[in-house]
Amino acid sequence: MTERIRKKLNILADAAKYDVSCSSSGSSRKNDNKGLGDAHASGICHTYTEDGRCVSLLKILLTNHCIFDCAYCVSRASNDIERAAFTIEEAVSLTINFYRRNYIEGLFLSSGIFKDADFTMERLVRVVKKLRLEERFNGYIHLKTIPGASEELVREAGMYADRMSINLEMPTEAGLKLLAPEKTHADVIKPLAYVQNQILQFSEERSLIKSVPDFVPAGQSTQMVIGATAETDKDIMQTADKFYREFSLKRVYYSGYVPVSSDNRLPLIGTQPPLIRENRLYQTDWLMRFYGFHINELLNDANPHLDIDIDPKLSWALRNLQFFPVDINVAAHSMIIRVPGIGIGSANKIIAARKFGRLRIDQLKKIGVAYNRAQYFIRCADSPYQLKAYQHTQIKSFILAESESKYAKLGTAQLTMF
Amino acid sequence: MTYLFDGSLEGLLCAVFEWFERKPGKVQLKTSIHYLPDAFNVPFDVVNDRKKADRVWKGLQSRLPAAWLRKFYATFLSELPGAFQHLFEFACYVFSNPAGAETNYGNEHVLKLSQTATMVEREKHRMEAFIRFRQLADGIFYCGIDPDFNVLPLLVNHFKNRYADQKWIIYDLRRHYGFVYDLTKVEELHLAPEGEKNLKKPGTARMSDKEEEYAALWKNYFNSTNIPARKNTRLHQRHVPKRYWKYLTEKI
Repeated sequence: MTERIRKKLNILADAAKYDVSCSSSGSSRKNDNKGLGDAHASGICHTYTEDGRCVSLLKILLTNHCIFDCAYCVSRASNDIERAAFTIEEAVSLTINFYRRNYIEGLFLSSGIFKDADFTMERLVRVVKKLRLEERFNGYIHLKTIPGASEELVREAGMYADRMSINLEMPTEAGLKLLAPEKTHADVIKPLAYVQNQILQFSEERSLIKSVPDFVPAGQSTQMVIGATAETDKDIMQTADKFYREFSLKRVYYSGYVPVSSDNRLPLIGTQPPLIRENRLYQTDWLMRFYGFHINELLNDANPHLDIDIDPKLSWALRNLQFFPVDINVAAHSMIIRVPGIGIGSANKIIAARKFGRLRIDQLKKIGVAYNRAQYFIRCADSPYQLKAYQHTQIKSFILAESESKYAKLGTAQLTMF
Repeated sequence: MTYLFDGSLEGLLCAVFEWFERKPGKVQLKTSIHYLPDAFNVPFDVVNDRKKADRVWKGLQSRLPAAWLRKFYATFLSELPGAFQHLFEFACYVFSNPAGAETNYGNEHVLKLSQTATMVEREKHRMEAFIRFRQLADGIFYCGIDPDFNVLPLLVNHFKNRYADQKWIIYDLRRHYGFVYDLTKVEELHLAPEGEKNLKKPGTARMSDKEEEYAALWKNYFNSTNIPARKNTRLHQRHVPKRYWKYLTEKI
């Protein structure tokens, strides 16, 4: 019995691991029925795998049987791998028992498509329903929307899930056409828009009637595979930006493609996943969402790719030296957060502290500003007087000279020829 | 001038009270057990007085937003050398300046409190993440911890809300106290040394029969969800420093 579950868990966790969405934040579900579980507003990462990714949810597929044959996916129909499926009871009991031991924040449930979309979605809904209603489970549940499932089922799922997501898979329609001819972006957009619509409707109703239940309280997210096809960073981020704006997504995840197929449309097996590029995309994502950058400032026709050796904020600053130096003691918050080496936290502290007197270098360092990096872009009370202005190439070389990339040891994917 | 107090929060608040009563200028705050007398100084003994402490705490409440009171308490729980001095100076600074003084991050005590509180809250969050309950034969879920700071008081609410329908014990093995939840209320727990020893290394006989099974399943899950092609040991260790591995079922 246990041995069988162990085997299933290995197969179905292995198949689910390429979905990088891990967050368990944003839900406000309270344990008000003396049941099990209580959402934590900022989420909790209970452990980290050896690749450094967090494990906060029990991330499994209900089954890895799939009728689709998408080239990038490990569970594609033509792939000769072991197949398995959890029963509803098994999935529920694993979740509850792991949760009771504080191993996890909740359940991330996805599935391969067996028979058809509705049949699959219905099974997923039965798992969450059993958890919520029979087990009185109030932990976090992240549920995949199955493209093509009926609106009634998606709506029912939303009543019990905290977050729902549906993956774009490829950043462009052309890329998707190439690797998964059976899928289109439109299949994704329709349910995303439907859930978004329902979220709005429920929250409107709740503003009038307090007792209206939560509907997907932690919102929606999506994921794109990076590096499987030949998109530019600009294409990727423009798609992300569009989806953030149109569907108020909480997150877009970028998943560096890990070769799992010897298909000749894809990078060879054994190719290093594009980890640095993935990191730079996340940095850009953060700059767009929290730092007030517009996508066109960071990526445009002149710069369709992000720099690999420096982060996107620094690279923007070096391209736009006309905005600098910024005087820390008078500049607006929106400008201070644009300085490389100053984050949101430090900026807030600077704004609060400068009311009590002009700030000096030593204070900035203590507050948490990365002064080695920021010094070329700021002025404060005791900045040394400087006669000549540096060129952007000079500043870049100064900063690179005194910092060591955390990726230096990982090796590069490809040697440069020149 | 040296002020001696007993190391409790009450004593610390009384020291603030006494300072304003006398205004002796610069004061070194020391705990009586760590104090070594010297020839040139006569220390002042702070006597605990609940009324005085309450007055100071009320004063802080009226001057500081709730988030800052929490930082004050968290810094107190850090038990770091120098934390008492910073708390003392911070309180004096807040009382002798107009409202809003706590936002002056240019002041070293304000900044220190803010930073220490962040460290304590991080440790608290780590405990919320890394505590691994094991079910004992009598159905109680148990975990022993050994946190860097005294964060147990900050954890109780989280676990009470989350595990409302299961009995649990969380015990701080370094500071020799814990909390037990019996489905209705949380109570403080002090064990005799033998009791602690039993909790530290509960034999399999004391464990629930399902315990090993789920621990094994969890280890399995942890290994299957890893992507070897993305291996990044440095990042892994930054997120889960080695000193926490002893808690983690998947790492033992």
